[in-house]
Amino acid sequence: MEHTAPETPVRFETSPEQYRHWRLEFPTVAGCAPGSVARIVMDVVEEGGMRPGYVLKLNSYDLGVDIELADTIQRIRFEHPAVRAVVVTSGKDRIFCSGANIYMLGSSTHPFKVNFCKYTNETRLYLEELSEASGIPVLAALNGTASGGGYELAVACDEILLQDDGNSAVSLPEAPLLAVLPGTGGLTRVTDKRKVRRDLADVFSTLAEGVRGRRAIEWRLVDEVASRSRFDAAVSARLAKLVARAARNATGEGMHLAPLTPTRTENRTEYRYVTVAIDPARALAEITLKAPDAPQAETSEGLRAAGCAQWNVAAWRELDDALLDLRFNHLNIGLLVLRTVGDGESVRAADRALLKLVDEGDWLAREVLLLRKRVLKRLDLSAKSLFALIEPGSAFAGSFFEIALAADRVFMRDEDGTAIGLSPMNFGPLPMPNGLTRLATRFLYDPSIVTKLQGEGDLLDAGDALKRGLVTFAPDPIDWDDEVRVAIEERTSLSPDAMTGMEANLRFAGPETMETKIFGRLSAWQNWIFQRPNAVGPRGALTMYGRPERAVFDHRRT
Amino acid sequence: MSSVVNDTKIPNNVNLSADKRLQRALEEWQPDFIKWWMEMGPEGFQTDDVYLRTAVSVDHEGWAHFDYVKMPDYRWGIFLTEPEANRAIGFGDEFGKPVWQQVPGEHRNTLRRLIVTQGDTEPASVEQQRLLGLTCPSLYDLRNLFQVNVEEGRHLWAMVYLLHSYFGRDGREEAEALLERRSGDPDKPRILTTFNEPCDNWLSFFMFTFFTDRDGKYQLLALAESAFDPLARTTRFMLTEEAHHMFVGETGVLRVVQRACELTKLDPNGDARAQGGIDLNTIQRYMNFWFSSSLGLFGGEVSSNAASFFASGLKGRAKEEQYEDHLALTATMAIPHVKEGRIVDENVPLRMAMNEVLRDDYVADCQRGVDKWNRAIKEAGVDFTLTLPHRRFNREVGLYAGLHFDPQGNLITADEWNARKHEWLPTEADRAYVKSLMTKPVYEPGKMAHWIAPPKQGIKGRPVDFEYVRHPAQ
Repeated sequence: MEHTAPETPVRFETSPEQYRHWRLEFPTVAGCAPGSVARIVMDVVEEGGMRPGYVLKLNSYDLGVDIELADTIQRIRFEHPAVRAVVVTSGKDRIFCSGANIYMLGSSTHPFKVNFCKYTNETRLYLEELSEASGIPVLAALNGTASGGGYELAVACDEILLQDDGNSAVSLPEAPLLAVLPGTGGLTRVTDKRKVRRDLADVFSTLAEGVRGRRAIEWRLVDEVASRSRFDAAVSARLAKLVARAARNATGEGMHLAPLTPTRTENRTEYRYVTVAIDPARALAEITLKAPDAPQAETSEGLRAAGCAQWNVAAWRELDDALLDLRFNHLNIGLLVLRTVGDGESVRAADRALLKLVDEGDWLAREVLLLRKRVLKRLDLSAKSLFALIEPGSAFAGSFFEIALAADRVFMRDEDGTAIGLSPMNFGPLPMPNGLTRLATRFLYDPSIVTKLQGEGDLLDAGDALKRGLVTFAPDPIDWDDEVRVAIEERTSLSPDAMTGMEANLRFAGPETMETKIFGRLSAWQNWIFQRPNAVGPRGALTMYGRPERAVFDHRRT
Repeated sequence: MSSVVNDTKIPNNVNLSADKRLQRALEEWQPDFIKWWMEMGPEGFQTDDVYLRTAVSVDHEGWAHFDYVKMPDYRWGIFLTEPEANRAIGFGDEFGKPVWQQVPGEHRNTLRRLIVTQGDTEPASVEQQRLLGLTCPSLYDLRNLFQVNVEEGRHLWAMVYLLHSYFGRDGREEAEALLERRSGDPDKPRILTTFNEPCDNWLSFFMFTFFTDRDGKYQLLALAESAFDPLARTTRFMLTEEAHHMFVGETGVLRVVQRACELTKLDPNGDARAQGGIDLNTIQRYMNFWFSSSLGLFGGEVSSNAASFFASGLKGRAKEEQYEDHLALTATMAIPHVKEGRIVDENVPLRMAMNEVLRDDYVADCQRGVDKWNRAIKEAGVDFTLTLPHRRFNREVGLYAGLHFDPQGNLITADEWNARKHEWLPTEADRAYVKSLMTKPVYEPGKMAHWIAPPKQGIKGRPVDFEYVRHPAQ
């Protein structure tokens, strides 16, 4: 059953016409303006799994289901300006969602499980960002039991309404049933977001059947329960309040997100602004991003007229897609070499124009900015080594310089015509998962450095960049090739596991946020447990799930 | 040997008075139970004297006492069969080890769920049947209905005893919740679908006691094997009472069948309906519905829960001692799956197929009853055979849910299903017709409604025309 490499590559592009498992609807809700509520309905097709070998029963999900959810959230942001609140619910009776499909997990490789969990975590965070940054609050309307990943989906929403029918429960049964942990931030959100008392959280997380009715409210696991006959009215009442308090005030047309149309050959993918060249022999991929080749919109009208093909949108969607492709479809690629080409000044000009529109309150400009923020976080969170190479003709300025700042090491060729530049984008709008800018994280030891850099309006050459700590090394043209080659060869010779762990430790200096906790604990605890015999050994609980014999545990603890 | 105490509030053979905490808990629950009984028990007969049997001991001989009693005064008691010395676990991974007198922590939640699910069906059926008395076909049948009802009530007590004794606060809360859910109530339905189906006419009642209570019998047989000894002993005694429920269903349908035959022959066109009876085709359609609905109660054909219940010793097979291999680790069972529009057998590890093993026994047991009905039809000289539909027919749970099969088990399209389902399942017209026969109760001793034959004999040596229920004249 175990597959080492995906038989067919996973693709992440979809659109509502192609959804199999979700419906995006705009129902009429009492007390809400027409179109102000988006209802996303999970109705998973049992036989619609991404791969053969499992059946998606009881609204359980696999990656294919989650890709549609991510797409829905993105489209609500860009294509549906009238939406002011979202309700997530189920199209099945008595079951909201039973989480990630266990047989899918049981038949997946370790890398796939890790990638799957990371992706679903990113999607849950997008749901939270929809509320926090876009002002579109989200209600989870649990018209049935929400277990495991189903409850984790609910806790990623702002409010949870649970049907009170004597049966419907919320639960995190992973530990007692499968000997693993909830993999989508469930434990962290229970304590840090819903602020469930730790001892009650302990009981909850070991109680396979979960908690129902009044107790679910008393334990803070849900916000309200409503009987079956009162449920729809309770959903409407909550939505009316959410719409009333929603910060989003968007008008006009949205921006349609057309499919990306890359040209893919065996070891090369070419998008409009992004090129990925795979070098299997050296276990690396070179990603090259192009700066804008035309001025970006300065007005709201211009922003809309330019559509999704403009650099502001396309370059970042393409990078996002490329990163996912590398994560899922190129497991043997351990190092990403990051390059940019073009005119750095055009990036800085585009940054200034976009931020001006955001300051003027243009909701679409804000979405364009938030997209960039999410894509850069995805880069931060990619478990591949990241080396940025700054060479003559590169465009590492402003937003593009964030790509260098996301890298584990930055090499800048000390040669005329090689420059970097900062823009307001480097000082706030694009924070990392730890809540700080990449510059603030970099200069944690002396925040005044960041303040001083804010005054650097000019382009900086390699010497200046090195002096200011903005790059790691600045070899001259004589040494460049060898320095870079050796650094790459050394890096790819080290243990990929150790590098993954080390990079995840070093990248996120500074404060913890719910986001860093979720990913940190996922990569440490969950991924450790996923490897342990008690879960995946020949008698481990995950192996045994759905089999006639029971799990046998090694009871040693440290 | 534990002695039976019958002079306390709660008759029992579990030495209740020695466990003050438990006694107090049950005595606190009792008024809520009575309140539930008055609200949801048989409507309109609570002050009547009913000739009922009451369990008074667990001896094979003379375990029950027969006398007139008003139902709210019925002495619902707690009886477990006598403990079996050195009983060992009879199946699963713990095979051969001593049975448990306390709940192992590892299985606490699962066992509680099993007990709650079983317990929930008991009051549910009383609720489903609460209006039937108002249209009873005879005093004899009315009494049988109430006998079934009070014993379902006692079975609820049996499950509540386990919840109170062994499951702490959670158990007490679950015991309360058993009285709060209501059959068919959209807001607080009973746990299993079949127990929310209306049972609003006597044909359905007989079918229910034959088919659905028989599922109960097989669930009890499986739980009677449990490694949790108090559960095993409780369910073993419940089975003693359950036999009467099977009898009510089997003879009830038999008498409707007999009458259908008489009226068929009486009618010049062989149409029992024209003679004011229930025709055999309608009986067949009711059978098809209740059999298929009850089959769902056994759960999925391939079930990891069933495997885990078996592995951990919680729930065995009916009469586990008849099998040689009590581990069931290597054996498989061929289960027909639907693959690309065709039905193909797939070998499933036996433990995963435990629901199907139990369903097999159930289907065979149902067939025995149907055979008796067919003998009666033959004896009456009518050319008709009642047939159990195929187990794939009309299923809402398991491998065949969401697909369509004819009563012979052939895969058909949704269009064919919609075009023909009225031939196979009771139609609105059938239901309306059956109800139209049952608008008035028959309270005169010995008299039968027109659509049903009298029973062969009365209860406990009493004649058929005995006044089994003393109901004041209207």
